[in-house]
Amino acid sequence: MNELQLKVLELLKEDARRDAELIATMLAVPAVEVKQAIAELENEHIIVKYATVVNWSKIDDQKVTALIEVQITPERGRGFEGIAERIYLYPEVKSVYLMSGAYDLLVEVEGKNLKEVASFVSNKLSPIDAVLSTKTFFILKKYKQDGIIFEEHEGDHRLMVSP
Amino acid sequence: MIRDEQKQPSVSVQQQTMADYLSPLVRGIKPSGIRRFFDLVSTRKDVITLGVGEPDFVTPWHVREAAVYSLETGKTQYTSNAGMPELRGAIGQYLHDQFSVEYNPATEVLVTVGGSEAIDLALRALIAPGDEILIPEPCYISYSPITALSGGKPVGIETYAKDEFKLKAESLKAVITPRSKVLILCYPSNPTGGTMTFEDWLPIAKLVEENDLIVISDEIYAELSYGSKHVSFAAMPGMKDRTILVSGFSKAFAMTGWRMGYACGHSDLIAAMLKIHQYTVMCAPIMAQYAALEALQHGLEEKDRMVEAYNQRRRLVVKGFREIGLSCHEPQGAFYAFPSIASTGLTSEQFAQRLLDEANVAAVPGDVFGLGGEGHLRCSYATSVANLTEAIERIGQFVYKLKRQG
Repeated sequence: MNELQLKVLELLKEDARRDAELIATMLAVPAVEVKQAIAELENEHIIVKYATVVNWSKIDDQKVTALIEVQITPERGRGFEGIAERIYLYPEVKSVYLMSGAYDLLVEVEGKNLKEVASFVSNKLSPIDAVLSTKTFFILKKYKQDGIIFEEHEGDHRLMVSP
Repeated sequence: MIRDEQKQPSVSVQQQTMADYLSPLVRGIKPSGIRRFFDLVSTRKDVITLGVGEPDFVTPWHVREAAVYSLETGKTQYTSNAGMPELRGAIGQYLHDQFSVEYNPATEVLVTVGGSEAIDLALRALIAPGDEILIPEPCYISYSPITALSGGKPVGIETYAKDEFKLKAESLKAVITPRSKVLILCYPSNPTGGTMTFEDWLPIAKLVEENDLIVISDEIYAELSYGSKHVSFAAMPGMKDRTILVSGFSKAFAMTGWRMGYACGHSDLIAAMLKIHQYTVMCAPIMAQYAALEALQHGLEEKDRMVEAYNQRRRLVVKGFREIGLSCHEPQGAFYAFPSIASTGLTSEQFAQRLLDEANVAAVPGDVFGLGGEGHLRCSYATSVANLTEAIERIGQFVYKLKRQG
């Protein structure tokens, strides 16, 4: 990872719609270099995807998200990888983290409603042989995600013109 | 029956207005041109403004939190007139680390209510009636009025786009008279973004020495230097004792509303300024001093991030102006671009007014900043990349329309 790639990533992290020309101007480097840096980042899957951060609670009140603490028995030779994959391949699962501490995997599950999430846990997650226990916590409100505040109260309070 | 004439106040009272009671010094001061433009802009909706002379960042949370904590723990008293010793110490350390100037926090550092108070104190402490105060222009709008308020005579020194608005020795030399006493410097410059390097300063320092001038160096934008590192005038050989260094937290740490500034200089000068400060404002607000201390102790990384963001936007606007056909010198500091609009045939005022009316973009006409400002437009890039992109687009269409109309 070179310095330019890092700077490009920072600017794209703020706004993925910024094009190479704009980034090149902001960083005072030729556009071809930025294009190349982006291509490399994409090829190496450092840039995984350009997605949109959505505040779903504004349009869909029913949708629920739960964080589930999962204890599992690791497999000989593969550790947690195989079980983690079996879990994250479900489309309901939005994120999976391997954790230090009292449990092993933190699984974020999204469903159309409470029932759907409960059903996922009891019918799909818990029955996996290696899963020893689950603890489900429903998310009531999302204030901030990936450094992005959902309901920004600190607008621009400056005077329109000042010396 | 009361006759009409008796209902009227006597002629002398009728002609007298309350304004007649005002000091001639105050009456002589014109209201700021920025104020007039502000009134104009604030009546409109959906304006993109490049007219703002302050950071678009809110003060970092840890700094705000330090002020909240100071209130929670009952820090609501006066502080030492010169400012809390810890804060003065931190300012001394910071100036040493960043700009290689040494000040004794006990006697050479004064915490003020914004850099503005520090400039006022310095001028009041130095000016005897009739003294000439030399001011490179275009410049921040307050130097000349507060010079006049103290009974001094402001003398403008024009600087030019062809020199990137640097102060040139020959221009300075041309205005020096036996009554010249103080030179006010503001680099990086509001409104031009001009800066001065060590080599640029050398001939100026020589003239200052030869003519026995005192310098008030307003370095509020010091941290916002993009080309080479900021060189404090106080750090020039032999200049420390002749220089009152003025700075503050507003621009670098996004703390405009806190009103936290400071002045550093020879203990004789600082003592005189402290005398005025203690009789007029006592001390800067204690909670703001705690916030400033936090900014110096833990805010330098955050500051660097903000400076980098300004730098990126600076490149964007300079390129943008050049692409739409407005010549624009490359500003090396502050957060202003100062493009020339002379090619449109309009005056600064006309251009700014029509830009607002026809393109809904606000920027400050250059003439309000004094000599050399006419024909330019001050555009602050302390706003989001999205706003800047849209503003340049709108200005581009406006300029295209103007030029097509001939």
